[in-house]
Amino acid sequence: MPLAQTWSVALVGLEGHLVEIEADIAQGLPKTTLIGLPDASLSEARDRVRAALVNSGERFPDRKVTIGLSPATLPKAGSHYDVAIALALLTAAGAVEPDVLRQTAIIGELGLDGRIREVRGALAMTLAAARANFERIVVPELNSGEARLVPGIEVYGVRSLRQVLALLRGTEIPDEAPPRAEPRLLSESLTRVPELDLDDVIGQREGRRAIEAAAAGGHHLLLHGPPGSGKTMLAERLAGLMPDLSTDDSLEVSAVHSLAGLLTSDAELVVRPPFIAPHHTASLSSLVGGGSGMPRPGAISCAHRGILFIDEAPEMHPLTLDTLRQPLESGYIEVHRSAAVAKFPARFMLVLAANPCPCGLSGTNQGLCNCTPQVLARYRQRISGPIKDRLDIQRQILPAARTIADEKPESTAVVATRVKAARERQGHRYRETGWILNSEVPGPVLRRNFPLDIASHELLEDLYSVGRITARGFDRVVRLAWTLADLEGVAQPTVELTHQAFQLRTGEPLTDLSDARPLKGIPT
Amino acid sequence: MRTKNVVGQYGEDLAARYLTAHGFAVLERNWRCELGEIDIVAREGDTLVICEVKTRRGLNYGSPLESITYRKLTTLRKLAGRWLQTHELRPASIRIDVIAVLFDQNTPPSVDHVRGAA
Repeated sequence: MPLAQTWSVALVGLEGHLVEIEADIAQGLPKTTLIGLPDASLSEARDRVRAALVNSGERFPDRKVTIGLSPATLPKAGSHYDVAIALALLTAAGAVEPDVLRQTAIIGELGLDGRIREVRGALAMTLAAARANFERIVVPELNSGEARLVPGIEVYGVRSLRQVLALLRGTEIPDEAPPRAEPRLLSESLTRVPELDLDDVIGQREGRRAIEAAAAGGHHLLLHGPPGSGKTMLAERLAGLMPDLSTDDSLEVSAVHSLAGLLTSDAELVVRPPFIAPHHTASLSSLVGGGSGMPRPGAISCAHRGILFIDEAPEMHPLTLDTLRQPLESGYIEVHRSAAVAKFPARFMLVLAANPCPCGLSGTNQGLCNCTPQVLARYRQRISGPIKDRLDIQRQILPAARTIADEKPESTAVVATRVKAARERQGHRYRETGWILNSEVPGPVLRRNFPLDIASHELLEDLYSVGRITARGFDRVVRLAWTLADLEGVAQPTVELTHQAFQLRTGEPLTDLSDARPLKGIPT
Repeated sequence: MRTKNVVGQYGEDLAARYLTAHGFAVLERNWRCELGEIDIVAREGDTLVICEVKTRRGLNYGSPLESITYRKLTTLRKLAGRWLQTHELRPASIRIDVIAVLFDQNTPPSVDHVRGAA
């Protein structure tokens, strides 16, 4: 049989396209051509496949060989087509029965010795094959963990070409040395923080309140305070307060992580909200996604349905930080590159941490701040207005007083229970709208369908009339007030909770409403 | 005669016998001019076949077919033209074939015939 075809999968973003790989063996002097818009790493497949075939004890055909990848107009990148190419060739050469590979998708990179190396994005590829009604998929053994997460498709994890061939020919499967996992590009500690418990944090009543509210309603958060006051400590414990991901979210997040190379071979679905903490020197494309030719997901997509934590946010380049504006609104990011346009999900909770000023002492009692007013002003402008405006909660974190160290702080488990209950209340309230969290519901809908009581409304109107909050801030305070009410377990935000929401939003110290200064006539 | 020439000679004999057995008429062998040498000139129906024979004693240096380079094919094309100039034959078409002969230890020699190599 001089012509044969096998199937593999091309990824554009998270979307998989089935690729038909045809091998034709024609009369003519030995020459191998690979057609169908391959990139550099795919063009090298010719040489990898040749060496792997010969070293696996097979013959590479001494003829004019044409390998075509279709659809021919879809740019193809990467080395995961190797195994499918090798099998198409062997089938065309008559070394494999043509029927055994029907309904089978194949992915995997070949080593020169015939070993099958792991690839990235195996989960998304398997999903695509299952959706296209393929019955089986052959994947590198190191990827079989994640591939098996996909229901409705049989997964064969293999270590070498020899093993695949034995499988296809029905002979005894040879034993091979176990494969060595490649080093991860992003270390795993970035996505899987050991679950840190909140009872390590002493004091910090306001900080605890802030992260509890953020976790409950999905509100973006800014923590600022002097170095060593516990901003990072609190932020790291935020993920632990959030409930497990839903099944759909879990599969989506796992697919992104698989593409980013974050999943391990014994991968299970990502069920905990991811916690991604890029350094403030992170480049624009590492944050939003990019790469030459075929786009790859960035940190914000890895943080999908989880937390993106940027420590020392004012140190980050303002332009880089500002790229977050669009995904913060839409929940996804479109990355345009020469080869393709990819759309990655990016619905994350943004948590920023900042020092009060470059020297870190402004507004504290630990020493005299020696920053000039100009330096201070410039530092505060590093986080742009539009970004600041999207942060529902701003909180100053001051070092905990030593005297309250005896008090036993609440543990993560206790707070997480409240958060879970609050989220259930939201889910119930918005069950017919399609939104899940208070932070997602548009202002007009909230005002029309779930109005505040008169006292709360008057309070906000007063604050608005004296210029303490903006029109957009008005809606944000309302959302936050609902979250506080959900945490409290009350049917509607009370005026006290609305007042507290206002304080959380503007960064004022939390005081009781009765202690508040008279509002009217005090412009600030 | 050196070993490699003996092997080459034997390979060409084998190729000629193979062609005859497959219905080719062998017209001339080892035709030489200042451009080089044609191993076998044969005829298959109306087609003149210029045949290059390559013999090897193993696959350690790649298959015999792989040793036919673009340059070699260009030379063969020139040789075909020169052969026609010096002969009265006017074939309907001309083709260049390559025959690879492989002597591997312990196995009978194999003949691999590529039609229309260039």
